[in-house]
Amino acid sequence: MSKKIISEIRRDHIFNLLKEGKRSDGRKLDDFREIKFETGIIESADGSAVVEMGKTKVTAGVKIIPGTPFGDTPNLGVLTTGAELIPLAHPDFESGPPSPESIELARVVDRGIRESGMVDMSKLCIKEGEEVWMCFLDLYAINYDGNLFDAFNLASVLALKTAIIPNEQYGKGEDVPLPITCLPISVTSAKLGSSLILDPNFDEENISSARLTVTTDDDGNFRAMQKGGQGSITLDELSHCLDMAVAKGEEIRKLIG
Amino acid sequence: MSGTTDMILVNKDGKRIDGRTPDEHRDIKIEAGVLANADGSAYVEIGKNKVLAAVYGPRECHPRHLQDPTKAIIQCKYNMQTYSVSDRKRPGTDRRSVEISKITAEALEKVVLTELYPRASIDVYIEILQANAGTRCAGLTAASVALADAGIPMRDIVPAIAAGKADGYVLLDLNKEEDNFGQADVPMAIVPSTNEIVLLQMDGNMTREEFDKAIEMGVRGCHDVYKLQKEALLNRYSDGGDSDE
Repeated sequence: MSKKIISEIRRDHIFNLLKEGKRSDGRKLDDFREIKFETGIIESADGSAVVEMGKTKVTAGVKIIPGTPFGDTPNLGVLTTGAELIPLAHPDFESGPPSPESIELARVVDRGIRESGMVDMSKLCIKEGEEVWMCFLDLYAINYDGNLFDAFNLASVLALKTAIIPNEQYGKGEDVPLPITCLPISVTSAKLGSSLILDPNFDEENISSARLTVTTDDDGNFRAMQKGGQGSITLDELSHCLDMAVAKGEEIRKLIG
Repeated sequence: MSGTTDMILVNKDGKRIDGRTPDEHRDIKIEAGVLANADGSAYVEIGKNKVLAAVYGPRECHPRHLQDPTKAIIQCKYNMQTYSVSDRKRPGTDRRSVEISKITAEALEKVVLTELYPRASIDVYIEILQANAGTRCAGLTAASVALADAGIPMRDIVPAIAAGKADGYVLLDLNKEEDNFGQADVPMAIVPSTNEIVLLQMDGNMTREEFDKAIEMGVRGCHDVYKLQKEALLNRYSDGGDSDE
């Protein structure tokens, strides 16, 4: 995601509308685009989901494989998250080693899931110190029109929520659902001028000066945050972002229930 | 954040294992102009963290496709040396350091007058010599002093510090034990003249009330760090010292 170019006339149009509290696609500042999702789309994965937010479309897949635990957590399963911004999804995406942008995306999504304790890692131990279940969560952008943070987060949560531990495949008894404790939902605010908006589309995202991703748990407590972009956010803006993240997070959690 | 321990991190009197009160930062030492070859440099110690930062530039931007015809770009490389942690760290770039480099450069963009140097690159190198929780904040604190030491025009200096939570207490500037066995970590950096936030991360578990308190504590902590950053720059250019300018 190197510097994307947005025409000046389009940029001015978006900023002028924002001054009246409007957005170019008719949404209110704190509206998400219509969210569509489907789980279990890939049979070869142990859990999968596709999420659309307007024209942004992403997929998530989980592969669950027995492996060796880390030395300092001998009785805990392992979660690894990767995100790929493949050239199929946007003309500016290039193949090759992961960009800083894709690494940041994967790490922020991972942080929300990990810190919320969404997957009960203690139940993924097969034999302490020797064998645990390792969850490989991989995210792919299919069509990029902004807000990959929240789209990836939602797809991850849906894929994990519907994932199955493949006991049968490895001769370990019957398949069971992955143990899930809560649904961490991230809500990303983008700052354009002095306006804060949710679920920015491509144009909005690329003329924004800063963004803040806030991940909340079922109780509305904060589990992960990440500020990005070259601009700053004031303390008042921070407070507004937190309010919106709690309110919208609850709404989205209900939607995917 | 994920570990568990029987260790009492904050005792009944509100004292932490290193004797600090909840809103007290560790001892901080900042020195500007420590490297002969760099255009600007700084050495920072925060508790047991030891961090070097060097700035080269503004200079020609490589790779050239990254050049911006309207302004300079800031390229940051955060690197942990192999012996900086208890296990040997594998040398080279990992995903964590890529993320820290990215958010550090973004935090500095806000204050550096990059528009004065179109097509140029300002390269910031942060080396962690010894790590003890809070290296990204120590690195950014050092980097902003190094940028000022390099004489690069800036709107302000960026101080950084972490707040967090351990044993249910909101704490400033977590040490290693508090970071490993605590419940939350909130690294942050501000522009002191306006209190705008230029770096903010959070992981763990915090209520709104706890988070608000952490931010308040962090902002105050940043202002303490800011004072020391300015002192370091004044020392560098007032006592004659080894200045080669």
